[in-house]
Amino acid sequence: MTQPFPFSAIVGQDEMKQAMILTAVDPRIGGVLVFGDRGTGKSTAVRALAALLPKIDQIEGCPVNSARLSDCPGWAEVKSKRRVERPMPVIDLPLGATEDRVTGALDIERALTRGETAFEPGLLARANRGYLYIDEVNLLEDHIVDLLLDVAQSGENVVEREGLSIRHPARFVLVGSGNPEEGELRPQLLDRFGLSVEVESPREVEQRIEVIRRRDAYERNPADFAKTWNAEDARLRRRIVTARDAVARIETPEQTLRDCAELCLALGTDGLRGELTLLRAARALAAFDGAAVVERAHLRAVAAPALRHRLRRDPLDEAGSGARVARTVDGLFGAFRTAAE
Amino acid sequence: MTSPLSPAARAALALELLAIDPLGLGGVWIRARSGPTRDALLDRASALPLPLRRLPPDAGDDALSGGTDLGATLAAGGLVRRPGLLSTHAALIVPMAERVRPRCAARLGQALDRRAVCLLALDEGDAAEEALPTALADRLPIAVFLDGVRPADLPPARDAQAARARLAEVRHDSGALQELTLASTALGISSLRAPLAALAAARAHAAHAGRDALAAEDLRVAVELTLVHRAEAAPQDDAPPSTASEPETEDDRDPHDDASGKQSETLTEAARAALPPGLLAQLSAARAARMARGSGSGGTKQGGRRGRPLPARPGRPDGSARIDIVATLRAAAPWQTIRRRDAQDDRAIHVRPRDIRLRRHEEHADRLLVFVVDASGSAAMARLAQAKGAVELLLSEAYSRRDHVALVAFRGASAEVLLSPTRSLVSTKRQLAELPGGGGTPLAAGLQVAATLAAQASGRGMTPSFALLTDGRANISLDGRPDRAAASADAQRVAATLRRHGWPALVIDTGRRPAPALRTLAGTLDAHYLPLPHADAATMSRALAATLDG
Repeated sequence: MTQPFPFSAIVGQDEMKQAMILTAVDPRIGGVLVFGDRGTGKSTAVRALAALLPKIDQIEGCPVNSARLSDCPGWAEVKSKRRVERPMPVIDLPLGATEDRVTGALDIERALTRGETAFEPGLLARANRGYLYIDEVNLLEDHIVDLLLDVAQSGENVVEREGLSIRHPARFVLVGSGNPEEGELRPQLLDRFGLSVEVESPREVEQRIEVIRRRDAYERNPADFAKTWNAEDARLRRRIVTARDAVARIETPEQTLRDCAELCLALGTDGLRGELTLLRAARALAAFDGAAVVERAHLRAVAAPALRHRLRRDPLDEAGSGARVARTVDGLFGAFRTAAE
Repeated sequence: MTSPLSPAARAALALELLAIDPLGLGGVWIRARSGPTRDALLDRASALPLPLRRLPPDAGDDALSGGTDLGATLAAGGLVRRPGLLSTHAALIVPMAERVRPRCAARLGQALDRRAVCLLALDEGDAAEEALPTALADRLPIAVFLDGVRPADLPPARDAQAARARLAEVRHDSGALQELTLASTALGISSLRAPLAALAAARAHAAHAGRDALAAEDLRVAVELTLVHRAEAAPQDDAPPSTASEPETEDDRDPHDDASGKQSETLTEAARAALPPGLLAQLSAARAARMARGSGSGGTKQGGRRGRPLPARPGRPDGSARIDIVATLRAAAPWQTIRRRDAQDDRAIHVRPRDIRLRRHEEHADRLLVFVVDASGSAAMARLAQAKGAVELLLSEAYSRRDHVALVAFRGASAEVLLSPTRSLVSTKRQLAELPGGGGTPLAAGLQVAATLAAQASGRGMTPSFALLTDGRANISLDGRPDRAAASADAQRVAATLRRHGWPALVIDTGRRPAPALRTLAGTLDAHYLPLPHADAATMSRALAATLDG
């Protein structure tokens, strides 16, 4: 495997980096959607994230990366009892993937050579406990989208066909990226992403030059470049691990819950998923910042990514939905109180 | 200053640089009709240090990334995989690149990002209608234009072997990086892939020239080769960009008075000199067309769309359905041991007729709503704004119903397709915001353009319906003359032709008073007539939805 670009070496794009870190702190936030211009490092960030994330423990040879032997599905016939450490799985779902490859299907080779009905796990199995990354998610075939919606909802992949009756856990963080000019995402799928960020090319010349400089240094010698950023990445990794432990202990005052509800009501988001995601993301951010209590400042920081894709479309509003969220937040919490909060 | 490269020299140089660093550069975009010049240029691709392959126009995903090799699987009795075109490093010729489907383009783009492929994209598109998918256009560093170049014009090819060996030795400092970034910013290019491509080209060019450090000459040629065709705004062109989508070009164009500013100014100067006259206009037209087409899940999806696949069913192949080979093998697989024992021959695989599985697809015709909007002077601007609002509202609702929307506007002497069938809200908003008003009312021309659009769409399996928004005072005839009587007659004639197709239609009278002529036209069209003298966007959208759903 080639050396990925170090996460901390990504210039700017703070909202995207923050969203990805938050899902690493609390996977229940439920995925990130990155929409934006071409050539802004969307895919680079996802690959970098894979290298940044702490390793996971799993039973050796388990096709669904189970942490305990009792979690290994029966059909997998896992022989080993050893636990091994492995990098966090970040699985690519290629655009043209067939249904069979995504869900898994009958293992033809074993069927033909040995006449056995065996299950060959698909991408969903491999992504369990990790990340599932879909580049150009807005170009994904409808039937694959339906499939993903179902699995992302239930956390379980069920295969019932060709004499197979298989189920296995498939809990993963969905990361999608795409360019909105090439087509939009179905609202149902949009809703499944916890956070949604919009990226654009940096507008400052100095920043652009820095991007090019680092990219060039990376391409000339990936290993050396990674070494210079190793310490930074390690620091980030430690913060994520600490935040993971801390997130359950974060206090949520009544006032924060009220703020969440008021914000979502004012924005008219559908359902309660908005509130939940907002709260989880704010809590993860508080944990990452080392705070003990979720405060308005945290809500404010995650409001746009947590809510902008849940608003009802108002095509006559020229400003994007991110601006609408910001406007409402300012209206509710006051515009200039960030420092005081 | 040195004069810019001639198209022939540029093409030859592009191929030579590609031969030096095929994967680092990633490919070349060759915009030319097929002909001897293009063939001569492609012959030089044999100098690339990579196996040369050709992407079949109908390449599916398994052709790109590999799949089951059916013949070998059946012969061996075990699964045999076939490598795809992208499985190994290769140089890939992509014929008719402008017609590559977005999904395939995305795969190729991902391979380019991995530096696993070198693409020679042959774009035969006519200037305005067709252009390379953005996923590829943004990643291909060099564009080559062969209009009017004869094979004899191409300078003799040079051997790249020595230069290739030298490439790794070429040094560059961060000053070069800075200059290339500044140059690309000054040209209004927002993608950060551009300066990286320029750097790769500059390095290859230095190796080509036998240098081991970048010289000013290398940077100049690199800018000319890699940045010019991406230029969004001609440098130092004081006219503001036409769309609001590129505000950064304004900010970024302020002069940099530091030392390196001068050098990058020279670079953009060179770029500007290298711009063939009219090219920028042509490219931005192509970009607009691409935007209008909304590519992606909009325009092209219906083409190859065979509906969503359903599970394969047992059945007899009677020529009407295709056999689902993999499902058939799956059905046969569990029986192999028993059948082998019973049959007592050593065929690798035993398939019985009852194993045959047929492919099934759920056909689902997409609906297309064609808005034919009167943008003439008589339809007051306020009306036009409401019509725009209705289109946007409908589009945002259409998404849940998977409808497509197209927009035809008529004004002055003619009509044009502002928005080809699309589902993208982003591109619609962009096109609508730019819709100008004023001039005569060429109603017949509007209907004619809409009819052509609808016929194309129905050819691709969509079900078109119309919404005509006008105040009905047709005053420009089909041949562009200001003649009220002829204009009405023409409109009636086109309407009668339209009716024969039986597409549902709705005529919305946006005039202050209902126009009798328009009611007659609606009768000819067999359309619902809806006088909405005081309609706002929301009412209009409700009326449209009600009528067309009914």
